[in-house]
Amino acid sequence: MFDMAGIAVEIGQALLSLALAPALVGLIRWLKARMQNRRGAPIWQPYAELRKLFRKDMVVSRQASWIFHLAPFVIFGSTIVVSLLVPVLVTPLPFNAVADLFAVVYLLLLGTAFLALAGLDTGSAFGGMGSSREMTIAAISEPAIALAILSLALAAGSTNLGEIAARTIARPSSALSPGHVMAFVALFIVMLAETGRLPVDNPATHLELTMIHEAMILEYSGPYLALVEWASWLKLFVFATLAGNLFVPWGLATSLAPAALAIAFASTLVKLVIIAAGVAVLETRVAKLRLFRVPELLAVSFVLGLLAVASSFSVR
Amino acid sequence: MSATSLDPLFWAMCGGFAIAASGALAPAPRVARAVTAIGSVAGAAAGLWLACLVLAGAGTVSIVMPSVLAAAGGLSFHLDRLGAVFLAVIGGVTIPVAIYGFGYTGGYGSRYSMRWMSLQTGVFLLSMSLVVAASNVLTFLLAWELMAVTSWLLVITEHDRPDAVRGGLWYLAMTHMGLLALLAAFFLLGGDQTGAWPFEALRDGAANLPPGTRNAIFLLALLGFGSKAGLVPVHVWLPRAHPAAPSHVSALMSAVMVKLGIYGLLRVALDLLGGGPAWWGVLLVAAGAVTALTGVLYALVDDDLKRLLAYSTVENVGLIVLGTGAGFLFLSLAQPTAAALAFAAALLHVVNHAAFKGVLFLGAGAVLHATGERDINRLGGLIKRTPWTAAAFLVGALSIAALPPFNGFVSEWLLFQSFLPGVASSRASVAVLLTLGVGALALTGGLAAATFVKAFGISFLAMPRSPEAANAHEAGWAMRAGMVMLALACPALAILTVPVLSAIGGALGGVGGLPAASTTFRLGVILETPHALARMSPVIIMAVLAAAGIGVWMAMRLVSRGSRRIDDTWGCGRIGQTSRMEYTSTAFAEPLRRIFGELYRPTDDLTVTEQPGSPYHIQAISYRTQLHPWFERGIYDPLVRATQTAASRVRALQSGSINAYLAYIVLVLVVLLGMVIGF
Repeated sequence: MFDMAGIAVEIGQALLSLALAPALVGLIRWLKARMQNRRGAPIWQPYAELRKLFRKDMVVSRQASWIFHLAPFVIFGSTIVVSLLVPVLVTPLPFNAVADLFAVVYLLLLGTAFLALAGLDTGSAFGGMGSSREMTIAAISEPAIALAILSLALAAGSTNLGEIAARTIARPSSALSPGHVMAFVALFIVMLAETGRLPVDNPATHLELTMIHEAMILEYSGPYLALVEWASWLKLFVFATLAGNLFVPWGLATSLAPAALAIAFASTLVKLVIIAAGVAVLETRVAKLRLFRVPELLAVSFVLGLLAVASSFSVR
Repeated sequence: MSATSLDPLFWAMCGGFAIAASGALAPAPRVARAVTAIGSVAGAAAGLWLACLVLAGAGTVSIVMPSVLAAAGGLSFHLDRLGAVFLAVIGGVTIPVAIYGFGYTGGYGSRYSMRWMSLQTGVFLLSMSLVVAASNVLTFLLAWELMAVTSWLLVITEHDRPDAVRGGLWYLAMTHMGLLALLAAFFLLGGDQTGAWPFEALRDGAANLPPGTRNAIFLLALLGFGSKAGLVPVHVWLPRAHPAAPSHVSALMSAVMVKLGIYGLLRVALDLLGGGPAWWGVLLVAAGAVTALTGVLYALVDDDLKRLLAYSTVENVGLIVLGTGAGFLFLSLAQPTAAALAFAAALLHVVNHAAFKGVLFLGAGAVLHATGERDINRLGGLIKRTPWTAAAFLVGALSIAALPPFNGFVSEWLLFQSFLPGVASSRASVAVLLTLGVGALALTGGLAAATFVKAFGISFLAMPRSPEAANAHEAGWAMRAGMVMLALACPALAILTVPVLSAIGGALGGVGGLPAASTTFRLGVILETPHALARMSPVIIMAVLAAAGIGVWMAMRLVSRGSRRIDDTWGCGRIGQTSRMEYTSTAFAEPLRRIFGELYRPTDDLTVTEQPGSPYHIQAISYRTQLHPWFERGIYDPLVRATQTAASRVRALQSGSINAYLAYIVLVLVVLLGMVIGF
């Protein structure tokens, strides 16, 4: 049942995500800079950063144990597995049957947990602070994600990504149903929290007391830092593709025909640019929330998820 | 399928545990320890083998002993598949725990009676195995009470520690409250039948009981079995008694004994009563959600490693009951396929939790053994001094946090999936209830991840926070072997999900009108839930995850050529890192404690001592925080006070004077004679 062509496209899709993820981050940074009347670094700046980091020497803390050395590979590996699952170009692919959206959430949580452990491993107060905050946000965003998934699954009759996308392709009008829109907003809020964007975490900060993600990875340098950063960009890419291709799956190929793949590639790029613009506008307009206001934001997401479930129930 | 009699294997199991108990006759503590370990392993291996044979349909156990306790109807044993699932858990956990226990009790011989402990351990293991094999009420209750008493004795093994004795007292009181409820439930169920009330007769009779009686039986059984399983609010003994016991006993109690409460609930409410109205399921879902959240919230903020694990047991029992409740709900809504999935998910979690909670308690015991510390705030850096313990604990922590690719993830995923048919159900009230259930499940999962990042990260990583932690030593071979066996069981159970789940499905087939396994969910390398709601393959996820991690590692070896330098952790330019700069367990949980502050209602006490003459120069700051579950005060304090008042009233009768006692006897005699003559 696993056809070779499907698996090849699957792996190609993951490599494409890996290749495009730095560009997405570069695009967001560039758009933000433009909106803030700065010239900004070029879009390919993140590639240069990766190249530089991979060639650099590494400094490892004296306190670090093997957890510190294992974590980058677990974080990167689990994010790659997730990118194998997310429909970037084609759906459904063979790997679709291996894991569903709940599995995606828990695979990402595996990476988060290892990053938090690595943050604790060096014994720095910053690392502990970042870990504590990261796990706090991860814990309270779980219910919101679960309900957003649930509302999608209810409409599609399955939690597997392929089926969800296929169902919206089959019935385009459902993309505009209130439940669908609310689930999208709920997932978008969770995406901001999970990928460390404003208003939850500031990706550009180096002020210790406000850091979350930066505080955890403070002790990483050189190739390890490159892996951890690349993985976090890939996570953002995965969430953006999920938001684009699950909720608005138009353009996604359902066969392996070259023309369909080309259309899918173009449509995915357009969706990513739109989402990047959305994130950039938001990050320019919104100030960072106090840590203890974040639960309120995630509660909004939870309630939206609940309403999405309720509405998909009443509409049906 | 021939019904081969497996009675000899059953007797072999009992014999093994009897050998374990015979350590009481050993001449020296060392011999007693060895005899107990060997007997327990032999008995547990026989029990596990027996359970596997029964689950495979290779035979049954049917033993009737009418002559034992003939006046009450005699003992009788019959091991069906439902009981065999639990017997497999007992056997599977006992083997590594007994090996570990041999090493762990090494230091006990000089302080406590090893011979008593052998007797208690052997009888405790035997009684647990008999509970799941009992086929009449007399046998069941005898085994149940024997299990309660021996486990209580094991809790107070370290009887020179006040917290052990106090925890034991809580346990003794709660378990007997539970027993009272069970007695009442069985009396209602047995009604006017005679003899020892065999389960078959009760099953036949239960159909004709009036609804009011059935509801009363269900509620009493929920109270009785719930208090053993640790359902909120009758869980109060669990976080007090489980940590107080010797660590290998804690593992047995948390990984195995609490599950027998689930077994009892399934046996009475599902098997004997055959399910009930929808509100049974609703009540169980609500109780499960409250239990899971309460357990994980208190586990999160606890700084005592063993009590943290005990609270996490409360949490996991909550998850199991959540699945069970969904099962009852679907059964009452005439959705047997969905019900079978929910019950199967709950039972899979029973099996999985036994593995990871076992390894976590053994790991905590090894930490206690190595440092004499249970306070996470005084641990740290143990990964370097106790690498085996750390690795085993990490596997357990990742599994219990439901992270792939380990077994906890599989059962939590299945629990999620078992809720979906209900959310899609046509009844709005059911859909809303189960949607909230999914929310509770997800929040519990997230908080559990935070809890175990804290438990592992603060205890094992960074620098040691006390001299005890700095001078920790690795556990001996026996303790290491026990921990490694249970740690390996976590990925193994994830790989073996399919056979385990099909055995569970087979065990549930026919119980309480559930359909047989083959129709409920398709099994292959890929799990598929009914109506193709979801598909997932733990094995392939594990393989791809490993391949991806190793692939990235190899790629990085090719790409990067830089050297590696070892240096201090960055400290803003300050030189000389100390453990006082590290995050502590209390600090780690602080954000979540503040977010859920309304639920915790902690009492904080901050004292700032200023330098005399200047309010800007501070001499000392002391911060003290206490977290006593407020609802326990609300429920149990009045009860305890009422009991004490009643006891002091009764004490007036017990003057200690023989004359007064003789007067009471005469008085009672006169009253009785008067009654006899009067009739």
